[in-house]
Amino acid sequence: MASGSYRTLSERMWGWIFLLFCGGVFLFLVMPLLVIVPLSFNAQPYFTFTSEMLRFDSEAFSFRWYEQFWLSDKWRSSLVNSFFIATVTAICASILGVLAALGLSRPEMPYRRLINAILISPLIVPIVVSAAGLFFFFAPLGLIGTFPGVIIAHTVLTLPFVVITVTATLVGFDKSLIRAGLMCGASPLRVFFQVTLPLILPGVLSGALFAFVISFDEVVVVLFVASVEQQTVPRQMWAGLREELSPIILAVATVLIGVSVVLLLMLEMLRRRSDRLRGVEET
Amino acid sequence: MRDVGSVGLDGVALKRALERSGRRRRMWSFLVVLPPLIFLLVAFVYPMGKVFTRGFYDSTVSEIIPETTALLSSWDVGEGLPSEEVYATLLRELVAAKKERTLGLLGTRLNFELSAALGVVKSTARRGAKMEAPYKESMIGLSERWGSLDIWVALKRVSENVSMKHFLASVDLEYDREGSIVLVPEEERVYVKILLRTLWMSLVVSFFTLLLGFPVAHLMATVKRKHANLLLILVLLPFWTSLLVRTTSWIVLLQRNGVVNDLLVWTGLLSDDQRLSMMFNMEGTLVAMVQILLPFAILPMYSVMRTIPPSYMKAARSLGASYGYAFLRVYVPCTIPGLAAGVLLVFILSTGYYITPALLGGDEGMMISNFIAFHMKKTLNWGFAAALACVVLLGVMVLYWLYDRLVGIEKLKLG
Repeated sequence: MASGSYRTLSERMWGWIFLLFCGGVFLFLVMPLLVIVPLSFNAQPYFTFTSEMLRFDSEAFSFRWYEQFWLSDKWRSSLVNSFFIATVTAICASILGVLAALGLSRPEMPYRRLINAILISPLIVPIVVSAAGLFFFFAPLGLIGTFPGVIIAHTVLTLPFVVITVTATLVGFDKSLIRAGLMCGASPLRVFFQVTLPLILPGVLSGALFAFVISFDEVVVVLFVASVEQQTVPRQMWAGLREELSPIILAVATVLIGVSVVLLLMLEMLRRRSDRLRGVEET
Repeated sequence: MRDVGSVGLDGVALKRALERSGRRRRMWSFLVVLPPLIFLLVAFVYPMGKVFTRGFYDSTVSEIIPETTALLSSWDVGEGLPSEEVYATLLRELVAAKKERTLGLLGTRLNFELSAALGVVKSTARRGAKMEAPYKESMIGLSERWGSLDIWVALKRVSENVSMKHFLASVDLEYDREGSIVLVPEEERVYVKILLRTLWMSLVVSFFTLLLGFPVAHLMATVKRKHANLLLILVLLPFWTSLLVRTTSWIVLLQRNGVVNDLLVWTGLLSDDQRLSMMFNMEGTLVAMVQILLPFAILPMYSVMRTIPPSYMKAARSLGASYGYAFLRVYVPCTIPGLAAGVLLVFILSTGYYITPALLGGDEGMMISNFIAFHMKKTLNWGFAAALACVVLLGVMVLYWLYDRLVGIEKLKLG
């Protein structure tokens, strides 16, 4: 888009239209999220801006929905459940995902294409279909309405994300480092923990974060295989959106947006660190 | 490795040693992948297989009334009502099922075939113990339904372990009394319409994500790296935010007293009683889906456009092409891989959309996933839900295969 004086007037005009269009698209992408944030501070139980809010009356804003969120046992226990499920899921998915990515990145891997297709498939299969299948699978095993059930289901769903993220960091990984380690007499296991793992750690952490976020946000599988015991934040939101529409949901949504922003920044840091470790040049 | 030391002049030993070490390395790689692979085969591929078998196999009824099932399998509707023996056997097994508390399972399945059959079966089982022979007359005396062929056809049908009826029903077909395949009555033809609507909505969403995403990806690929990173964060933020949160924000924007309507009233474009209903219809769902899926289109296009050297365009321009001509004939063809990846991914993902249509769609924005969930959770007609799920699964698998052939799964990147 380098602006050159050699461009004709009509070209420059097209350039402006193009920029305006892109600006509109960015607004379309981000605006819906930003609208929620001020509304969650609404003192009135409405889902829209009151005239007081538009005049920036300090009385029109309050933390009351955040307070109610925090004081409600229902929401708090679902927050605890969500954190527990997402953390265990992230750990399981990372371990399995790293193994898969390591194996798939080896050039001598047999049936790579097929195995890759299987590992990525939970990302492609519609969530309701996966949820139904998991329900049929869990029912005879007594896993319906249990934490292990939900965690297994979420590990399945998040595994592709870890595999994709870790595989991306393994691209351009200098294999001679591993050979150097082996030639210095270290056992393969030691080479993994002292050479490979520290180098791919940023990628692994990004994958784990990805798994955490997806499990934390997931509602459909929870609706199918969990019971009230495993009430999670998204499920509570889902119930709220379908039944009693309460502005607490906006407060929760704002908190979740905040969490996404923090995670996104962490990921960006990890990506830069990983690039530096692998010696990829910032172009 | 021992053999390496004894390399013969012919090199055969070395070749064998290399082969052996290659095999060992292949085995090692395979062993590393084995745990995640087994996990997914057990916890995902097998359940998908279960969805498939559930669609045509159900032995619940034949296990509850085994003897009746055996008798009915040799009965045909052309013979008229079954014999006294069948009536007697069924009654005995219904009473037994009531004791075993499995009568409900039988009754609900029968109900999917013939409405109100559950009540007939329940009342018959309740009074069954006191009934006297001839059972045929007593049962017909209790409920006229036992004297009609319909209930026997329905019983025969639910007692068959393997049946294509759910798959037929998912494309608005059914068996008639004589067992030939016919279209269901006109007012019940729903599912072909829903399947077509799902395809149509996915097409519209893919088209608009392409239309909106292409210029944005192009902009990101051509500005300075520093600015591109900032713009990338703007794309990734919605990508990372919960689907539920993004759907919530669309509810806030689109509802009758929502932000968009307020804005229109405030600017005077609409009067207060003219507020638009933008939610609970197809259009609202489509707008929200385009916003939610847009990052999936932008990211693959961006990663391809980044690699197109700017010199291509400059060369075309210096050879006398106008900007538009060079763009269309040189730049756009280079972006095809990213374009295909983005559009195909968006299409695949939108065919399976559930949350957004469920919350924003109303009746006319419902997609196939919503009906699968409805039959799983509400009507509990799991066999039919499984058959519908299979139809979707098959479609998605074809698209997935296509994606792998055209783009390659290993190219799938997230941010």
